[in-house]
Amino acid sequence: MRDRIFKTLLLLSALTIVLICGGMFYFLVIGSTDALGHFGFFNFIASPEWDPNPDNEQYGALSFIVGTLATSFLALLFCIPFSLPVALFNGEYFKDKKIAVFMSTVINLLAGIPSVIYGLWGFYTLRPIIATLGLSEQGFGILTASIVLAIMIIPYAASLSAEFISMVQKDLKEAAYSLGATRYEVVKCVVFSSSFSGIFASYVLALGRALGETMAVTMLIGNTNNLPTSISSTGNTMASVIANQFGEASDLRLSSLIAIGLLLFLITGVINFTGKMIVKRFN
Amino acid sequence: MVNSSSVAWRQFKDRAFFITVCALSSLMAIPLVAIIWEVVQKGYKQINLSFFTEIAPSTLDAMLAEGSGEIIPGGIVNGIIGTLLMVGVAAIIAIPTGILGGVYIAEKPRAIFSIIVKFLTDLIQGTPSIIIGIIAYALIVVPLGSYSAIAGSISLSIMMLPLIVRSTEETLKMLPTSLKEAGLALGSSYTNVVLKVLLPSAFSGLFTGILLATSRVLGETAPLMMTALGSSAINWDLESPTSAVPLLIWEFYNDPNLIDLIWSSSLFLLILILILNLTAKYIVQKTIK
Repeated sequence: MRDRIFKTLLLLSALTIVLICGGMFYFLVIGSTDALGHFGFFNFIASPEWDPNPDNEQYGALSFIVGTLATSFLALLFCIPFSLPVALFNGEYFKDKKIAVFMSTVINLLAGIPSVIYGLWGFYTLRPIIATLGLSEQGFGILTASIVLAIMIIPYAASLSAEFISMVQKDLKEAAYSLGATRYEVVKCVVFSSSFSGIFASYVLALGRALGETMAVTMLIGNTNNLPTSISSTGNTMASVIANQFGEASDLRLSSLIAIGLLLFLITGVINFTGKMIVKRFN
Repeated sequence: MVNSSSVAWRQFKDRAFFITVCALSSLMAIPLVAIIWEVVQKGYKQINLSFFTEIAPSTLDAMLAEGSGEIIPGGIVNGIIGTLLMVGVAAIIAIPTGILGGVYIAEKPRAIFSIIVKFLTDLIQGTPSIIIGIIAYALIVVPLGSYSAIAGSISLSIMMLPLIVRSTEETLKMLPTSLKEAGLALGSSYTNVVLKVLLPSAFSGLFTGILLATSRVLGETAPLMMTALGSSAINWDLESPTSAVPLLIWEFYNDPNLIDLIWSSSLFLLILILILNLTAKYIVQKTIK
């Protein structure tokens, strides 16, 4: 009898997760029907117009989709030259050494710093530097946001790819050494090529992180509703526009914001699913 | 002319690559040190007794203090209590659900339902916190008609849940099957085997997962903006708007007079999170040895 109750409890807990997911999808779809019904799905994602003026309300998500993709891919680009060396450092050169433990502590701590503190740091330290360099007028914009975003996703990309690099079979590497390869050649020809799909998946998952980052981006991107034209222009990402306008929005605007949330949910879902699938096949 | 395949050249490339890897890796310490340094250096002078006992000051008080060259009066106790309340309630919801859900998946790894649950757990884990904020808003704030601490707790617990489920599952998977079989062979009931054999043996793994999940939600700002909103008074009532330390940081950030308090609040939050992280890391290290 007790066993049956306990097993039901286990099942219920697992069911909770299904219910949460179902609920998330349900509320996002219900909340966004107003906007999507009013503008039409394709018009909504293809229009860069975002005008809350009550006489002529126009909402389209294109500017924010572009802003999100621009910041995230730029962040990914900035992140690779640093996360790859860290992954090699921990997974290959100093595998199982004390210094690798130290390095992974640094990485873990970086991953633990809250988004809002990254935003503060970006605002008070990085932004003036960007402004002094003349890259953007006040230092806000896509570039500033993506640099901070890059620092935020390096830990994920690095620790995941280090795991895949350290899983490369020893005999493969030893075979290459016995043929006279230097360590660099082993890394280039054996380690990279046999862990390539794993490393690729790490970056896909890191991209998934970057797409949904909210606070730091909100504090640095400048929060303008225009279509960004260059890396120094200000803009908004899907997450930052929701964070910025959710509190003051109502009716059609609220529904449009929820529709952006639905889009973001779908995009991150697909990206994460792709990453997980590659990892699964790799294993 | 350097022969591209000469031994000396290949060895040079090897050295150069190694040095580049080390140099670029060590650069990772820069942002960590820079952030901690900035927060400590600008924040330490505001940390005093009143910081932990008084509520956040009004803009006017802060402006007057600034004008006369004093440090800003008041503290962030409304935020600290709000954070403790909301993270505490979130933990009470997420820990049992997460552990039991994790046990379910670990016990039936091949069942289709488990595979679906695992997939959905990953989906929740990858969902941006701002979207979880929207959900909690639609699920609780709208029906209740007001922003509330419980809405904040629910959003945080949704974020904690997948982390706890996965860490439970992964720790239980590593336990030898003989452990469970021995318990069952001795005539112990299934419930007892899970509660008194499996979970206690997996304790350090579970505890690490809980610490990491807690440290992740401690600094969450976006979902709380849409659910708990913030409050200038100490609040213990789950159904009223409540402040939290990250929410206060956001408020101070938007108010030029309160800038000094940003740093001390960030310092407090950072120390709390780093301690939780390091403890988790320490436990992992202990169990591996």
